[in-house]
Formats: sequence, C-alpha cells, structure tokens
Amino acid sequence: MFPKPIEQASPGLRLGYNIALPIALILWLLPLIGVMMTSIKPSSDLAAGNYFGLPSSIALVENYSAVFENSPIGQYILNSFKVTIPTVIGTVALSCLTGFALAVYGFRANLLVFFMFVAGNFVPFQILMVPVRDLTLNMGLYDTTLGLILFHIAFQTGFCTLFMRNFIKALPHELIESARVEGVSELKIFWHIVLPLMRPAIAALAVLVFTFIWNDYFWATVLVQGSHALPVTAGLYSLNGQWVAAWHLISAGSIVAALPPVIMFFLMQRHFIAGLTLGATKG
Amino acid sequence: MATPVVMPVTAAPAQKSWWKANQRRLAPWIFLAPGVFMFLVYVIIPIFESMWISFYDWDGIGEATWIGWGNYVELFDDEAFYTSLKNNVIWLVLYMLAVPAGLLIAIFLNQNVVGIRLYKSLFFFPFVISQVVVGLIFAWFYAPNFGLLTQILAWLGMGDIAILADERFVTYGIIAAGLWPQIAYCMILYLTGLNNVSPDQIEAARLDGARSWRMLWHVIIPQLRPATFIAVVVTVIGALRSFDLVSIMTDGGPYGSSRVLSFYMYEQALSEYGFRMGYGAAIAVILFLIMMIFITGFIWKMVSDERGGR
Repeated sequence: MFPKPIEQASPGLRLGYNIALPIALILWLLPLIGVMMTSIKPSSDLAAGNYFGLPSSIALVENYSAVFENSPIGQYILNSFKVTIPTVIGTVALSCLTGFALAVYGFRANLLVFFMFVAGNFVPFQILMVPVRDLTLNMGLYDTTLGLILFHIAFQTGFCTLFMRNFIKALPHELIESARVEGVSELKIFWHIVLPLMRPAIAALAVLVFTFIWNDYFWATVLVQGSHALPVTAGLYSLNGQWVAAWHLISAGSIVAALPPVIMFFLMQRHFIAGLTLGATKG
Repeated sequence: MATPVVMPVTAAPAQKSWWKANQRRLAPWIFLAPGVFMFLVYVIIPIFESMWISFYDWDGIGEATWIGWGNYVELFDDEAFYTSLKNNVIWLVLYMLAVPAGLLIAIFLNQNVVGIRLYKSLFFFPFVISQVVVGLIFAWFYAPNFGLLTQILAWLGMGDIAILADERFVTYGIIAAGLWPQIAYCMILYLTGLNNVSPDQIEAARLDGARSWRMLWHVIIPQLRPATFIAVVVTVIGALRSFDLVSIMTDGGPYGSSRVLSFYMYEQALSEYGFRMGYGAAIAVILFLIMMIFITGFIWKMVSDERGGR
C-alpha cells in the first residue's frame, strides 16, 4: 500500500492525520457548505448583512417551500425525470446490443465501428449543434422532451458501447463457445447467457448516464425553450435571472436541483465508481 | 441460468437453414443496427453537415448562400475569436492541474482509518453536482462585498476584488470553479489506481531503501499509468468542452473577455445577436480540429493497446 499505512506511523503523526482529515474536508467543501447555510437563512439575515455567519433563525421550510411555490421548479424537476429515465433505458438497451456485437464477433469492420463510437464520443458538442437542432426542428420535436431524449440516447451510446464492449470481452469466452457447439442461436446466447452476466455493467451505466443527463445543460438550452419541457439545469439558469440577489432562494433551488444525482450517487456508490474508473486499472 | 425457451418453428426449413448457415456472419450487424443508426444520424453525419454549413451564410430559416471560405476569412480577422482561442489555451493549460492535484488528494486519502470511505465520498461530491450548480455556488463564493472569498481576502488585508467582473481575473475564476469537480474526478481515478498498485513491488522498493518521493516517482507513478492516461483524456476533453460554467457565471462577460470557443459559437449561432449559423459552424469546425489533434492521439494509443494487449 502506498503511502505507508498511518497505523504504522508514530502516534504524533497519526493524531496529526486524524486532525487534518476533517479540516481538509471542510476547506474542500467550503463553497458548498456556504451555500447550504445560505439556503436555510431568512431573507432578513441577508438584508442585515449576515451573509457569512450562522443563521439567526432556521428558515429551512420557508425558503424551500418558497422555491416550490414561486417558481416552476417542480415542473422542471419532473421534466428532468421525463428526459433522464427514458434516456437511461434507451442507452443501456442499445449499448448492450452494440457492446455484445463488438465484443463477441470478429468481423472485419469491428475495430472501425468500435473506434467510430469512441471518437464520436469525444467531439465538441458545438459541431453537432446546428445540424441536430435543425433535424429536431424538421421532425417537429423541437421544444419537446422526446427531441432531447433521442439525441441523448444517440450520443451516450458512444461511451456506453465502449464500456459494454470491454465488459463483455472480459467475460469467459468458453461460455459462448460451448453454447454454440450445442446449437444455441446467437440471439439466445445474447439473451440467456450474456445478458444475465451483464447486470453489474448495466447498473454502473444506469447510474452514470442518469447523472450525466440530469446534469446536462447545453442541450437543454439548445433543444428546449418553454418551461413545459425545460429540465431543471436550464430552468435554474432562468430562475437565477429572475431572483437577482435573492441568494437564499437561489441556494435552496440549487440544492434541490443537485439532490437527485447526489442521492443516486450515495445509493449506488459502488456501481458509480466502477463505471467511472473503467480502465483506470488495466491498460 | 434460465432454461432456454423453445420457439415454435414457423419458417420454412429451407429459409431456416440459410439463416442457420449465415447467422454468425449476420448477427453482429443485426445487433449493431439500431445503435449505429442512431449514432450516425445524430453524431457522425452532423459533423460533416457542420463542415458543409460553415461555407454558407445562413440565418437558420431562409435561403443559405454559398460564400466559400468567407466565414473563415472573417474569423481570422475577428478580435473576439482570438480572445476565445486564447482563453481556450488558458483553460487547457490550467485544467491540467487537476491531474497532479487529484493524485495528491488520492495519496492523502489512501489510508485505512475509521470513516475514510465517507471522506472519500465527500471529497468526490463536487463531481456529482451539475456544473450549473457549481457555477452558481462559485458565483456566490466570488460575489463582491459579501462573498466568502471577498471576506477571506478582506480578512487577509487585501482589497475588494470582484473576480467575475474584472477582465484580468474572470477566466481564472471560472477555471478554478471548473477545477473543483475535475480534481474530484482525477482523485477517484487515482484512488482506484492506488488500490491496484502491486504491494510486492512496494515492499521490494522499501527494502532497497526507496523513500517517499523516490518511491512515488520511480515505483508508484509508473504503475499508475492507465489511471493517468484516463485522467489526462477526461481533463483535456473537459477543458475544451467548457461551456456551462462560462454561460452560468458570466455569460461570456465582462465585454466578452471570458468567452471560450464553445461559448462564442453558441452566441453567434443561437443568441439574440442574430442567428449566424454558418459563422457559428465555422467556429465549431476550428474547435473540432483542435479537439481532433487530441482525439487522434488518444485513439492511436488505444488502438496500439488493443493490438498489443490481446
């Protein structure tokens, strides 16, 4: 293990480490802690110049209910779910298929198709912006959640294919070979043999894609305009314009918007990290 | 394992045997079809369409007029383009700090004390939050008069600096906000990497008398190469994709001084200043070409791993 385990160090160093940990954490999260504090302060505190100190009284309920009552943030959050959940399902479904095809079959264009997905996944969004917006307009899907979902599914399939393909490649190939010897069809091999083994990969991708799509801001502003379809990231930006300097509301709104992926992360932490660190250990 | 479902045979025997004979060859394309179709329509073809549009003068609604290299000629005379390009370079260089900073935090946290798992999760926290929220948090942090940073600077006896309203500091202020989640990302990559460093080699090096720094440089970092590769890839991509924070924190201001190419492109093509799709596409093509330099390098390495590894 590197660095040397702290249990083997001198008692003084050990104590120092145990003190340094919480201090480092507080410094690291200082901006976030500040915003959390602001979100539970009454507006009178801000007016009196108490931006930084402890709140004079806890206005948690007032601020958070004001955010929901005075703004369409409830609708925005619902829209975010309406975009995120179908995208997760669609992306995972498509990439299970593509990942299986690229991992199991050795056909000539295999690497070419694979690197098309990988390279496409890295391009700047702006080079897609004008044609994708145009395409969405022509299909009559501009300003709808469906237009956003279709694009997200297509784009995320790039990263997810990379992930699924590497995952399936690491499975024992003998399973598939012996099934073929017994005459099991390719479709059944996929459905009955490989798919059940892909559960951890599916879980990891589902949490990752959920977070990516929930946090998307660029495409939400490009493909959606009205608050009937606006996801919470883009919605928060427009609320920021309305609530000029009402920092207690902006803070509470930010925290509400950040909450779903945070909950997701803490519930599915192991899968989340397994997804992100794919390939960080072998290479 | 689930028991195989026996499907009733409805197809004619001749057809079935043709399928049987060819299914190994056809199956990959059937599995690939939906994903490849979506990816072509929404990602690959639009890249070429954008290149095509960049040769037109087009407002997005009316007739497009072919102007050849006109947009590019205008671009090379455009002050705002150079400001954005310069800021992109600053982003790229400073964003790289996320890699060593992430490694440093990972080394700091790679211990087995009580509650360390919770510490690791909380350190990773900024990455899970949307960039919009990160932008708002830092806008509050930097706010003149009352922001936390201003208070700290005042306490240290320094004057009031409105970071986001000052042309000299604004880009650095936004980059610092972007580094926060990016460092968290690199940290988690390195924590996983450190977990997989071979203990035998560390012991051997310890017996040889290698101490912390030399150990880190000669034994640990070489073994962390896969993690470093991914950290560099995601950081370069992140730096060139920077759009959200600029849009949220300053909207490109003051006086366009915090624009980056991705933001300038959006501004030209879709903002109230007019719908200059062709000009925007030309900016996007330049950004794409810059990104291509890096993408080619990454793919090059991945292909050689792929050929050598298996």
